[in-house]
This record gives sequence, C-alpha cells and structure tokens, in this order.
Amino acid sequence: MTDRQTRIAQLHAAAKDRVLMLDGSWGVMFQRMGLDETDYRGTRFTTDKYPGQMKGNNDILCLTRPERVTELHDAYFEAGADISETNTFSATTIAQDDYALDLQSVIDINFEGAKLAREAADRWTEKEPHKPRFAAGSIGPLNKMLSMSSDVNDPGAREVTFDQVYQAYREQIEALNKGGVHLYLIETITDTLNCKAAIKAIMDLEAEGLEKLPIWISGTITDRSGRTLSGQTVEAFWNSVRHAKPFAIGFNCALGADLMRPHIAALSRVADTLVAAYPNAGLPNEMGEYDEEPHETSGEVGAWAQDGLVNILGGCCGTTPDHIRAISNAIDGVRPRDPVAGEKSMRLAGLEPFELAS
Amino acid sequence: MTTASQTFVNIGERTNVTGSARFRKLIVNGDYATAVEVARQQVENGAQIIDVNMDEGMLDGAEAMRTFLNLIAAEPDIARVPVMIDSSKWEVIEAGLKCVQGKAVVNSISMKEGEDQFREQARKCLSYGAAVVVMAFDEVGQADTAPRKIEICQRAFKILTEEVGFPAEDIIFDPNIFAVATGIEEHNNYAVDFIEATKVIRETCPGCHVSGGLSNVSFSFRGNEPVRRAMHSVFLYHAIPAGMDMGIVNAGQLDIYDEIEPKLRDLVEDVILNRNPDATEALVDYAEQFRGQKGKSAEKDLSWRELPVNKRLEHALVNGITEYIEDDTEEARAAAARPLHVIEGPLMDGMNVVGDLFGSGKMFLPQVVKSARVMKAAVAYLDPFMQAEKEELGTVDVSNGKVLMATVKGDVHDIGKNIVGVVLACNGYEIVDMGVMVPCEDILAKAKEENVDIIGLSGLITPSLDEMVYVAREMQRTGMTQPLLIGGATTSPAHTAVKIDPARDNGPTIHVTDASRAVGVVSALLSDEERPLFVETAQAKYQRMRDSRAGGPPKPRHPIQVARAHAHKIEAPAPQAPSFTGTKVFEDFDLSELARYIDWTPYFASWNLAGKYPQILDDKIVGEAARDLWRDTENMMQQILGQDWFKPKAVIGFWGAARDGDDIKLETGDTLHTLRQQMVKDNGRANFALSDFVAEAGDHVGAFAVTAGPEAEAIAKKFEAEADDYSAIMVKALADRFAEAMAEHMHERVRKELWGYAADEALDNEALIKEAYSGIRPAPGYPCQPDHTEKETLFRLLQADRIGMALTTSCAMTPAASVSGLYLAHPESAYFAVGRIERDQVEDYARRKGMDLRTAERWLGPILNYDPGEVEEVAA
Repeated sequence: MTDRQTRIAQLHAAAKDRVLMLDGSWGVMFQRMGLDETDYRGTRFTTDKYPGQMKGNNDILCLTRPERVTELHDAYFEAGADISETNTFSATTIAQDDYALDLQSVIDINFEGAKLAREAADRWTEKEPHKPRFAAGSIGPLNKMLSMSSDVNDPGAREVTFDQVYQAYREQIEALNKGGVHLYLIETITDTLNCKAAIKAIMDLEAEGLEKLPIWISGTITDRSGRTLSGQTVEAFWNSVRHAKPFAIGFNCALGADLMRPHIAALSRVADTLVAAYPNAGLPNEMGEYDEEPHETSGEVGAWAQDGLVNILGGCCGTTPDHIRAISNAIDGVRPRDPVAGEKSMRLAGLEPFELAS
Repeated sequence: MTTASQTFVNIGERTNVTGSARFRKLIVNGDYATAVEVARQQVENGAQIIDVNMDEGMLDGAEAMRTFLNLIAAEPDIARVPVMIDSSKWEVIEAGLKCVQGKAVVNSISMKEGEDQFREQARKCLSYGAAVVVMAFDEVGQADTAPRKIEICQRAFKILTEEVGFPAEDIIFDPNIFAVATGIEEHNNYAVDFIEATKVIRETCPGCHVSGGLSNVSFSFRGNEPVRRAMHSVFLYHAIPAGMDMGIVNAGQLDIYDEIEPKLRDLVEDVILNRNPDATEALVDYAEQFRGQKGKSAEKDLSWRELPVNKRLEHALVNGITEYIEDDTEEARAAAARPLHVIEGPLMDGMNVVGDLFGSGKMFLPQVVKSARVMKAAVAYLDPFMQAEKEELGTVDVSNGKVLMATVKGDVHDIGKNIVGVVLACNGYEIVDMGVMVPCEDILAKAKEENVDIIGLSGLITPSLDEMVYVAREMQRTGMTQPLLIGGATTSPAHTAVKIDPARDNGPTIHVTDASRAVGVVSALLSDEERPLFVETAQAKYQRMRDSRAGGPPKPRHPIQVARAHAHKIEAPAPQAPSFTGTKVFEDFDLSELARYIDWTPYFASWNLAGKYPQILDDKIVGEAARDLWRDTENMMQQILGQDWFKPKAVIGFWGAARDGDDIKLETGDTLHTLRQQMVKDNGRANFALSDFVAEAGDHVGAFAVTAGPEAEAIAKKFEAEADDYSAIMVKALADRFAEAMAEHMHERVRKELWGYAADEALDNEALIKEAYSGIRPAPGYPCQPDHTEKETLFRLLQADRIGMALTTSCAMTPAASVSGLYLAHPESAYFAVGRIERDQVEDYARRKGMDLRTAERWLGPILNYDPGEVEEVAA
C-alpha cells in the first residue's frame, strides 16, 4: 500500500468515527492579504506574455506566492480542519481562458497546488498523528455550461462541447492526482452535465492506470426553489452522479446554512454514501459582504450534525478559520450520520428523479 | 416523481423516426420546433421516459440527436423525465450521452458484434452514468425462442455484473417482441416465448429489468387500430405479471383490459397466448369489422377541448398552446359585451394561474414566455375588434394604459424587466421602457412627460432596494400619485411592505412576484372597478407583513457605548499636514487628461453590455455590440475633447480636525457627523466609524465636490429634440464618466501634491479603479456614511454653489454628473459598511446633529435595525 492509500484508509476510518471538517473560504482570505498585481504575476507571468489583469486569479498564487497558499492550509488545519482543499478551483484551461493562461501553466497550478496541500496535510499529520489530515483536489465548475443555452434566441445553442469540458477536466484531474491529493472534490456544481464530464475523465484515467482516489461531489442549489442552476432537483442530481460511487455527496455555496438545511436533509434521506455540506456565511448583505459570524454559522450547522444529517461539514464563501474553528468545536464528539442502506432500484433522472424497484 | 411502487414504466415512442412517420418527416424537414411539441405531448400523455431515435438514412443521426436533445433540455416540462437514447449506431448514442445532464438509458447495446465490443460499450455507458437496454442479440442473430432469449441474457448479465462492474439494477433486457398472427406458423409462439423468457430472466438475473417494443406484436394488423390496441393491452396483461416492467408504448394506444369488447378480447388472447392453431384466422376474420375505425383516443389528449371556453383559454395559456387560441378567443369575444372584457376576464384569469404556478415553482420562465406568446396571439386577434370599437366610440388610439419600466440607477439587470415589458405589451399596454441604470430623476421626469399610468421599477442587486425606496420617497415628495410596481430578483413582498410602501402614502406601491403576475396587477390597478379592492387587499397584506416582521428577532447589535468602546484606535494623526487649509476652486481642466482616468467598464455596463473593458471588445457574445458602441463613443469623445463640450469644475478644502467620539470637529467650528457599526463581531474586530481615522488632536480632513458641469444635459436635450436618443444617452453616460474621472484625478492630486501624503505614489488607472491607494474618499449616502444629509455640511463648507453645484431636497446633487465626499488620509483608513444601527445610536446621532429623531429616522430608514413606529408605540 502506498503512503497515499494508507492515508485514504485513514480517511474512510475517520469518517466512520466522527463528523469530518473541511476548510473554509479561500477567496476572502486572499482578499484580506491585500496582494497586488505583482504578487499574482511573480516572475513567471510577465505582462508581455500575459497581458491584462492577473490580480484576482487566486489559483495562480500556487505558482507565484506558494508560501501564502501554505499559510492558508496551515491556518485551516490549525483551526481544526481535517481536509483542506487545493487552491485550484478555477485551474482548467477553460476557466483560465479569462487570463489567457496556457495549458502548461494550468497543469503546473494543479500539480504545485496539490503538492502544497499534500505537504501541509503531511506536516500536520506528523505533528498530530491522532488526527490525520487530508488534501482534497478542488475541481470547480466552469464559466461555461453544457446544459444551458448560450443564446436566448436559440435554446439549442451551447458555448462549449462535452469533449472540450472533458478534456479540460482531464488535464486538471491528472495533474492533481500526480501532485499528491488524497481525494477529488468536484464542487459548486451548477450544471450536472459538466460534473458528469469530470466524472468520466476520472473513470477513464483510472481505467488507463491512474491511481484510484475517493471522489467527493458537491452540487449547488442556487435558490429556494431547491434546484440546481441547470434545473435539477436534489434527488435528480444525486441519481445523475451516483455512478461515480462517490465517497461523499453534498452541497455547497449559494445559500447560507439556514436555507441549505432542507436540501441537505433531502439528500441525507436518499444517499447511500457520506453526506457533506459547506454553506456560505449567510447570504451577502446589502454591500455584497458575508457578515454571518462564526458562532451563528456553527450554531446552524452544528445542529445538522446533532440531528444526524451530515458526515462532513465546512465553509464556503465568506467563512474563515474562525468559522471552521467554531464549527469544529460545535461538532466535537458528535456521532456522524449513518448512510442509508442502498436499495436495489434503477434510479434515472431528467430534471426530476425516477425510480423503478428491481 | 415516479415511484418504486409502480409495476410498469411507460416509455414514450413518438419521438422515434423509425416508429413515427410524422416525427421522421419533421426531423428530415428540420422542423425541430414541432418535433419538440411531439415530445411535450408524450410527456403530457404520461410517458415516464421518452425514447429518442434518429436512425434515418437521410439524416446525420449524431447531429440530429444532439440538436434535439439540446432543444428539449431547454423545455422543463419535457426535460423533467429521463431520456432513452435509442440508436443502432454507437456514435449516435455517444453523441446523445454528451447532451444529457440527467441519468439516461442507452437503447441498446448487444453482443451482436461479439463480447469485446459489448464490454467496451457497456464500460462507456457506465462512465457516462447511463442505464442500458441489452438486446437479446448475439453473434448468431436475434433471439426468437425462449431458450435463446434466456441464454443470451444470462450470458450478457454475467459479463456486465462480473466483468464490467455494471450495477444489476441498471440493466434492462429487451428479449425482442416479434409480430404474431402473421400467417407463418413459426411466429405463433413469439409472444409466449417473450413472456416465458421474461419470467426466467427476471428470476435468474436478480435486479434486472425487462422491456420491449410493444407495437411490434400487432404489426400484422396495421391500419386496424382497435385490434392493435386490444392486442397491446392483452399482451401487457400477461407480460407484466411475468416480469416485464418497462415498455415502449404509445400511451394513447392502450385500452383498459376489462373494457375491451369480450369477443375481441378472447380472440386476441388466443393469438397472444397461442392457445389454438386457428387463433390467427379467427382473429383476422373477426377483426375485419374494425378495420378503418379510428382509435378511440386521439394521439394527443384533447379532453381539455371539452371544457368551457374560459377553462380552454386557461389551459392554452398554462400549456402554451396556440393551436386553438383564435377559435377560443372568438368564442369568448362573441359572448362578451366588449372585446376588452375577454382580456380582462378569462385571459387575465389564465395569466394569473400561470403566475401562481410560476410563483410556486411549478412552471419555469421559458414556459411563462410561451404563455405570453399565447396571450399575444389572443390579443392580436382581439385587436381589430377593439380598434373598431374605439372608432365607433370615437376614442381612437387610446391604449389600455401606459406603463413606464426602468431598471433603477446602479443596476444593469433587465431580463426580468424586459419580460414584463413583453408580457404587458402583449396585453395591449403601451410600454415606455427606459432601459437600465436609470436615475430616479429621469424616471420621474419621463413619467411626467409621457403622462404614464403606472411606474414599474426593476432591480437585481441589493443596493437597488434602497434606490427603489428613494424613488418611492421622491414620488411622495413630488406629488406623483401613480401606482408604483416593484419587481426583480432581490425584491420581495416583505421588503416592499416594510421599506418601500411606507415611503409614500399618495399612491399604491405593489410588489409583483414575477412577470406573469404583472398583467393581473396592472389591469386591476387601471380598472376603476377593481382598483379599490385590489389596493386595499394589498395594503392589508403589507400591514400584516409589517406587523409580523416587527415581532421577528432583529440582528444582535451592541449598545452604542459598547460599540464605541470597540472603536478602531489609531496611534497618530495623518502623516502630514495638507499644503493649505480652507477651500480652493479648480477649473480649466484638460478633458483629454481627465479621459485617461475614465473607468470604461461601468460605461459598457450602463449600456447593458457586461464585461470588463477592454476585453469586452473581443467578447464572443457582446463583442460586436461593444465594438460598435466603442466606435460611436470614440467619435463622440473626439467631439467632446476637440470642442470642449464639458466644463468640469472642482472645489476642495482641508481643515484642521480632531476626533470627538463619533464626530469630527473642524477648526471652522463645524462638525462632521459619522455613524458607527453596531454589529456583534467575533474576535474583537473593531466597530468602525469614519471618525476613528482622525486623531483626537492635531489632525486634518479634506472634502471635495466635483462635477462634469451642466453642459451634458443641454446637449442631450438637443439630441433628443433631433430624435437621437442614442446620442443623448451616450453624452449623459460620458458626463457621468467624466465626473467619476474628476473624482479620481483630484484624489490623486490630493494624495501626491495638495495634501501630499503619498508623493511618490505610482499607480496606473487599473490600480486606481481597484482603490489600491492609501487613504479614502468616502461619500455621504454610501456604506461608510449612509446619511445623505452630511452632503449639506460638505456643500456649505466647500461653498459648492461657486461651481454650479446644488442639492435637491433629497440631497441629490445637481448637475447629475457630480461627485462629492470626504478625504481621510490616515494609512489605516479603509472603506467599510456601517450596516444596521440601533435606536440608541440614532437618538444620539440626532441629538448631535440637532435633528429631531423622526427626521433622523427617515434619512437613516434603510439602515435601521428596528421599526421606528413600533418603538414609538411602546414608548407611548
């Protein structure tokens, strides 16, 4: 067994034992660092080759300010996170097209980002062997969707093809794996078809011999309607990604904890795997800022753990190490949810779920 | 959803070019719009999965599959059910799998080309996340007898579950339904073979499902619908108990077993179950009498056509069916006293149903737009009648009413507004659409100018809420009594009830939940009979909301003394004294120098072109429009710069200053008042007020007022007089940009030279836009100091009237293209949002400002963490 597979076995064991903690927001933390354009560019991304603004492209910091990325991994592990995500949310050629980044740079971000997360996880595990830490490879959504029309006058129009999305995710996944992550986290999924392209890329790469890693799939319910942006209900979404045999399934972003609860509860009732949730720190206020305080967030999501709805918690937009610490304290000693026993049914989905018992 | 309790799943077969001549024709002719309607009918008719097949020699099957699946993905009432991707060509199946976000079924794979290809295709289905139909077909051929069907399915099951790792529950066997009663003896047992094989397959391949194409069985009775329907029903009656749990079935082509004519049923049963050798002949003889009869139920469920006309109109609106709308509208018109009553009555009722369904998440936007299309067709039909009536009554050209629509200042989102516009226009209302980013002043001026009946405001971002309150307040102030409609993503009945509605009492303010609701609301408000009750009902609802909200828990706030104890402490005054104290006027700006400070991104946004400048010019979607605009803008900019169209002016001032609690005392004896955050924060983070950035002794503050000048408005008017609205909007938008550029330019001069605390600053325009500079220039009315009335102090101190600037009674600046604010130089000064504040601070603030409490509460309305009315009641 490789070191990595040993750690993955520890991950499965830990998940049976307690509610696991993911880290919190990265965007707000980088914002607070007050980095400027030169920090983002470093020496590698000079304006002659990469014109336009680079500031705001947080993923590139994996290459240009790696010590600041490590600082955040450390801050979150210190705050009690079991799992920290790589700083690679937008590290695909499609998403990085905004910054005109080339393929090699995108691969390097993922590879180096994975190494940074892995090194931090290893360092903390060595320091606190009773609490092993894990690096999750962040695979974000794209700014282009496969199920939604890009032209109001032509409902059949698409801005991007499945093959392009598949290829972009494939490059990211391979680099994350080789950089050493312990698991994949396909997150903030607004369009299930994009997610399915990522799943296919993972399954194909594994079939070609890439080391197998657990997959965590996290969708986004965009509003109170209880549907993803591409229109699926909670259960339809679950049916559509179950074939990945995910280590965990859940939701993140878009909603604060109070509004997310019913959707997590719905998922918790049907998922025969771990359920994970990392909401935003409330909804943005009038100024577009998240002002939910750590004790408020931890109060809400702590109750989910108490009520046996979740196996993994964490934070999305607006959450900080203080939020993670507060949640971590709130769930200390709480028994994790028992996944439901899988019933033998054919579960299909359109925008709504379909089930036919076997 | 479809539940596990059911025993038979009905797969729609009408979207199959091999099974439906009509569908084939539509696809071959490229009439995808009608083809999509076929899919809709199937789902309406109860298909729980729809089978899509594009295997037609004249078609590029993969392309047709992709096109059709992408189109139905945009139709929520079709896309709600799973798709069965049906083709004999793998590349067509794979093209389909790349278009479905849900979990689909592949129909089909088989061992026809050997086990290797079977394995490979099964693995691919697994990686795309699809269930599969496996045909009982091997290297030898299609299985016809029960033993062959069983043998092949068992072999396939073993490969799939043991070698490929396919979940048993996602495997559907199709053991082939072949035609019986063909006259060929070997065919007589085909139905029995299927039923027997099904039984064994379900028993020996645990978890799997069995499906089949039902219409095959009756193939020899083509043209004899009653007999075919009876055969299908009887077949299912026996196959379902044997374990057939899915089937490709035309739901309209099934009879209820018990209702089949008994003699026919017996004869059919003999054929299906192969009960006697003469069964075929007997059925053929008996069947002759049914030949040529049409099926009992039409393909489409037309039972709604039996409903009374009002219900038919409702059905057509809800389901977006234009087919019968003219007939139904005519019927309703003939029965109504006036054509308008058809709109106000049944059509509006139907749209209200649409609104309810949409509001409760049972309909989606594209469907609502279709409802609007039906409405439009009905109105178009009625229009000549209404014109004729008007001519008769001598009141030609009076529209149903005139509605002004605008997305409020600061907001560029207009999809919802545009939809409301479309829907209202369909209903015979005249729409004055002012577009996006429309300042309150312009809305009210336009409303007067056009003499509109209703004003509708839209907004998506949160600051728009305050702008709407502001519009309502301005309507009150200026005595505009028209109904005010509020809509858009961040708006809510609660916000309207609590914040907007109380801002005026001279006319109704109504929140419109969604576009489809707009017609009902507008028609009620413009109808003399309906309006009083409608308004009263809405007012009562809002009062209830205000009452119930008053009972809810407000956000926790610190008492002001506690918040003040959490003030941000600075060690020393700003690093340097300004180069002068008192005020200075600046004129004679070089417009081309100022132009370098322009942030163009908001300029494009003001034209509803979203994207960052200059990348927006190469944008795939809006690039062309942006380039066109940019060309015209550059032309106008040349004229502006070459002919000095604008005469921008600025006045700035600096004064010795000292913090005094939450106030800043100036050496002139004046006081700048600031507000402090009262939110409860963790980790000892400070509760900020602007005064925190000024030292308690020996410090300075500055202030500025800049304007692009009054010229733009005059020029715009000239353009408008020439009916050139485009240029009018452009010149105003550019004046706004120049005012912002002035603010940026003057602030830079202040930092580098006039105050001089950052003499060696080297920031490009990009960095300026990102506020990378040291020190801040907070403006009254913005998050750092939400009280607009502080502008009065600034204007007095600066004597801003010297450069032609003034304040309206609501503290809006004139000319419109103007900016004013404070300068704070301390390196720790930063922008923040005051957020909601408590009554203790407001009382304290009012006392410091010498305002009465009620006035202070009115100006601070948007940020109060309490309901002023309620507190008063308690106090009294």
